[in-house]
Amino acid sequence: MEKYETHEHDVLVIGAGGAGLRATIEAAHQGVSVGLVCKSLLGKAHTVMAEGGVAAALAHVDPQDGWETHFRDTMKGGSFLNHWRMAQIHAQESPDRVRELEHWGALFDRTQDGRILQRAFGGHTWKRLAHVGDRTGLEMIRTLQDQVVHLGVPVYMECTITRLFTEGGRIAGAMAYWRESGRFVVFRAKAVVIATGGVGKSYKVTSNSWEYSGDGQTLAYEAGAELIDLEFVQFHPTGMVWPPGVMGLLVTEGVRGEGGILRNAKGERFMWKYLPEARRHEYAVDEDEARRWVEAAVENRQTDDKRPPELSTRDNVARAIYTEVREGRGTPHGGAYLDISYLPAERVQRKLPSMYHQFMELADVDITQQPMEVGPTMHYMMGGIRVDPDTASSTVPGLYAAGEAAAGLHGANRLGGNSLSDLLVFGRRAGLSAAQYAKALASNPRLDEREIEREAGETLAPFERTSGESPYDVHRDLQTCMDRHVGIFRVQEDLELGLKTLATLKERARKVRVEGTRLYNPGWHLARDLANMITVSEGITRGALLRKESRGAHSRLDHPSMDPALGKVNFCVSRAGEEMKVAATPLPEMPAELRYLFEMAKEKVG
Amino acid sequence: MNPHSDRSWAGGAGTLAAPSASPGALPGLPSTGVPAGSFRGRGFGERLGATEREDAWWAQPLAQAIGLGLLGLYATWAAFQGNHYEFGNYLSPFYSPLFKPSWWPISPAILILWAPLGFRATCYYYRKAYYRAFFGDPAACAVGEIKSKGYCGELKFPFVLQNLHRYFMYLALVILVILWYDVIRSFAFAQPNGGFRIGIGGGTLALLFNTTLLSLYTFSCHSLRHLVGGKLDCFSCVAAGGPRLKAWSAVSVLNGHHMGFAWWSLFSVCFADLYVRLCSMGVIHDGVIYLSSLFDTAGGTGL
Amino acid sequence: MTQTMVESRPGTATAQAPAGEGQARSREAVLRVFRGDASGGSEVEYRVPVAPGMVVLDAIHWIQAHRAPDLAVRWNCKAAKCGSCSAEVNGKPSLMCKTRLDHFAQDRTISVRPMKTFPIIKDLVTDVSWNYEVNKRIPPFKPRPGADWRWQQSDVDRVQEFRKCIECFLCQDVCHVLRTHELKHQFAGPRFFVRIAGLEMHPMDGEDRSGFLKDHAGIGLCNITKCCTEVCPESITITDNAIIPLKERVVDWFYDPLRMVWRKLTGR
Repeated sequence: MEKYETHEHDVLVIGAGGAGLRATIEAAHQGVSVGLVCKSLLGKAHTVMAEGGVAAALAHVDPQDGWETHFRDTMKGGSFLNHWRMAQIHAQESPDRVRELEHWGALFDRTQDGRILQRAFGGHTWKRLAHVGDRTGLEMIRTLQDQVVHLGVPVYMECTITRLFTEGGRIAGAMAYWRESGRFVVFRAKAVVIATGGVGKSYKVTSNSWEYSGDGQTLAYEAGAELIDLEFVQFHPTGMVWPPGVMGLLVTEGVRGEGGILRNAKGERFMWKYLPEARRHEYAVDEDEARRWVEAAVENRQTDDKRPPELSTRDNVARAIYTEVREGRGTPHGGAYLDISYLPAERVQRKLPSMYHQFMELADVDITQQPMEVGPTMHYMMGGIRVDPDTASSTVPGLYAAGEAAAGLHGANRLGGNSLSDLLVFGRRAGLSAAQYAKALASNPRLDEREIEREAGETLAPFERTSGESPYDVHRDLQTCMDRHVGIFRVQEDLELGLKTLATLKERARKVRVEGTRLYNPGWHLARDLANMITVSEGITRGALLRKESRGAHSRLDHPSMDPALGKVNFCVSRAGEEMKVAATPLPEMPAELRYLFEMAKEKVG
Repeated sequence: MNPHSDRSWAGGAGTLAAPSASPGALPGLPSTGVPAGSFRGRGFGERLGATEREDAWWAQPLAQAIGLGLLGLYATWAAFQGNHYEFGNYLSPFYSPLFKPSWWPISPAILILWAPLGFRATCYYYRKAYYRAFFGDPAACAVGEIKSKGYCGELKFPFVLQNLHRYFMYLALVILVILWYDVIRSFAFAQPNGGFRIGIGGGTLALLFNTTLLSLYTFSCHSLRHLVGGKLDCFSCVAAGGPRLKAWSAVSVLNGHHMGFAWWSLFSVCFADLYVRLCSMGVIHDGVIYLSSLFDTAGGTGL
Repeated sequence: MTQTMVESRPGTATAQAPAGEGQARSREAVLRVFRGDASGGSEVEYRVPVAPGMVVLDAIHWIQAHRAPDLAVRWNCKAAKCGSCSAEVNGKPSLMCKTRLDHFAQDRTISVRPMKTFPIIKDLVTDVSWNYEVNKRIPPFKPRPGADWRWQQSDVDRVQEFRKCIECFLCQDVCHVLRTHELKHQFAGPRFFVRIAGLEMHPMDGEDRSGFLKDHAGIGLCNITKCCTEVCPESITITDNAIIPLKERVVDWFYDPLRMVWRKLTGR
């Protein structure tokens, strides 16, 4: 085969978003050789899109807060399908991770006494989200990026990993190509950290970019790792619905955190209708109380008033908007109105500057004067690679995962703000464990030349074909299939149909043809990503079929309530030859001292 | 302590090598440590007019060139006249402070005008305007240049002197005090039988208007903004941080309009001179409204 | 490296109606897109159906999906938050995701070309790696001794502006020092003055970068003609708020004669 370049690292980190960068920093601090690979340019990863903030129980604004409450909120938000240990570590460690960011130069907004300011967010009992206006993710990624750059870690930009190599069941390296030249690269590595994010591009209406094609999940799956909870796909309640070009583009939950009100076309504030009975006491009883809460937040003072109903969990708000639209009370472009214009224009512009510009420039809407039109958009994968909570290691030795690509922390539904803290907490743990594993490894794993050759051949195959479809067509049909059959509300027949369609799409994807040369060829890149998207989409669909209940983000119209028995299992996807195997695996039992936290708060577990 | 000799950035930069002179860089000039010419794009060496812009990119620099050119010509001409700069209690701003030593052969304006001229010539706004309008460096954004080779920015003489802007600002502040004194004087009209009467004449308004604009121009200066507080990194960490934050914020607000003040004050200073000059030449007649006597009717004749 | 000149050709897509057929139904935009690589290229015309609110990047995606699957373009967020889709639209450095088609006259051809300051890789993609090389050399954040990590919002309002930068490199593209004079070996460019300003004016930073600014970032090469500010999609007032204040800090150390004498006398 043609010549390829080879690089050797103790730890190879795939993905340069928050989790990948944090893992890189930690591994480099351990003194091992680290390489960081990313599909885009450095600093363009999806973390820059995160707006609202990073959840950490710093208790700067609401002194009652603590890790126990954050833990409880996370578990409740995830309908108790979370791995309790991950939720515990996350709640305990995130304040330190946020302070650490500040010591690396991040500039969070301040309280009046000069500490990190925190804002309210859906599902969080107290004001908990450290933020920088509505561009928290950008601040985070720049801070982490600068650390990585000044540690002298080599960053392989615009480089796509297509396969992980194993030797005797443990990680040995990875194969990649440079997007720019189309040339191959082989990485020898003792350990690999996957931090590649989710699979948003399987859906048409999504807040995710092209990079989100389920690469990490598929790489791990192919290497023999287990994936869990794939059926839990978070639809963010507020995406833009108009104009068509930006459909799905995220409208930060920060809008609701700052007091944004949801109304239907008839002007009704509908969220009260959709509050789950068990949680109703956590929210304001009427418009007056909600307004008083917002006023207190604006004036930065404590209040006993409860938060507005718009700050319910994402799964719940998304279903509410979807239902309003389906029942004919939607806005002209098929969404709900989100209104923040009753606050002073100056405050809206200061606290939500990028939302202001986003609507002004892309939709000709001045959010300080008019309501926004919003609707659900595919946003996040709660499921992903099964990892050990303490070490972030997958079921394959030497393979680690963190961030959205990993599963367990968020259970059936993620709370806003918990993903930025997830990146930091588990990114660090993944980097640490990977470095320790690499250090302890006696011998360097060997790469098999034949495997490299086979992989190269497979990657180049679409160029060889003289006939075949365009990958763009298959991609469009995949998105239609997922939007239609595996969307926000699911039923058995739809899911079965979806699975059938996915099987044909898989066949079609195997036969796509690409035009042009290997030089920066997006069609070719898509052909490769398509296979990953289809694999993960299949996992989502299979999990959704088996989970015959409604829990968190997974809503089955034919099984509208929770099934306690299913609350004790994760559906686990793994590879059995060419087939995808799905099995129910038991959820680890929460220890008594943590259960006690819920009993104290008189809340039911499960 | 010279920060240059004590920079610890190389230490902070981990495994990265310190930037050394890059191949192709001239000695004595800065170096980013990246080889010369290795990242050349299509825009390299483009000459004036070589642009893909389709709008009237030339309109703004042309208007600026005409505006600056005409006002500049008038100011030069007026400064060299050496006459008609005074009219009663009015003094042309080009000639203030009036300093007329017997040994000086030409117009007294030349003795003092270098200071405000220097203030404007080194002004961060005017620099932009004349680099664009007269040097075509660049004439407009994403447009090629008149002189595409041998560029050295503000590193070499004479442009390195732009760095002395703050000293011209200090002088401008002094002159401003004198100009305000001129404004006050312009309210006091000497009477033929001795004594003064307070009044407002056309010249009073011209001088007041002009000095106000000159004050706004001077107090919106970038160097002033730096000196009153911009150089601080943390207002709440230093003594008198509160007032300095207020001062810096106020200058910052004015600074946002620096360009406008630069143009309006240039017009007004020429106009004030022209007004005094025309009165002195007898071309126009200055009207005065007296304020100090309740019995005097409006429109009395000035001096 | 072979030249990849692609003429407008029928795609394998279902929507492969030849240009012109759909005109009766909806409005079309005519885009002239640069196709080529380091060895050369030319502009190719594409007719694209227009939907409400459509931006140039949408049109480029339509071309990829229906006419030229190998048309190279960088993009990520499509919301002006990542700064990937920088190009020159009708000769003006712009983010394609923010440039609305309805801002152009209906009958005008819209030209889309790669950034001029950086070497072409292919089509609309340029080699921006120089920026990353320069970034590596900037002295990083270093907390000042005794930093207590307490400060007021008013201390950081100024710095937060600089930290809005999305690294689209449009300011680098438009800056004539880099674009026309090609002084990349002497000049860091507006993006990195913004970054340095963000570090220098950080309330807890203890590093002094004025020597770096003068001798390595080449701030003296900037002649403050403000094109960077004009093109910034994040509306960062680059020249007035970042570069000029930094120039003044450099003056403090290196050009202010009285301060220099004062430092000699007092030894500070």
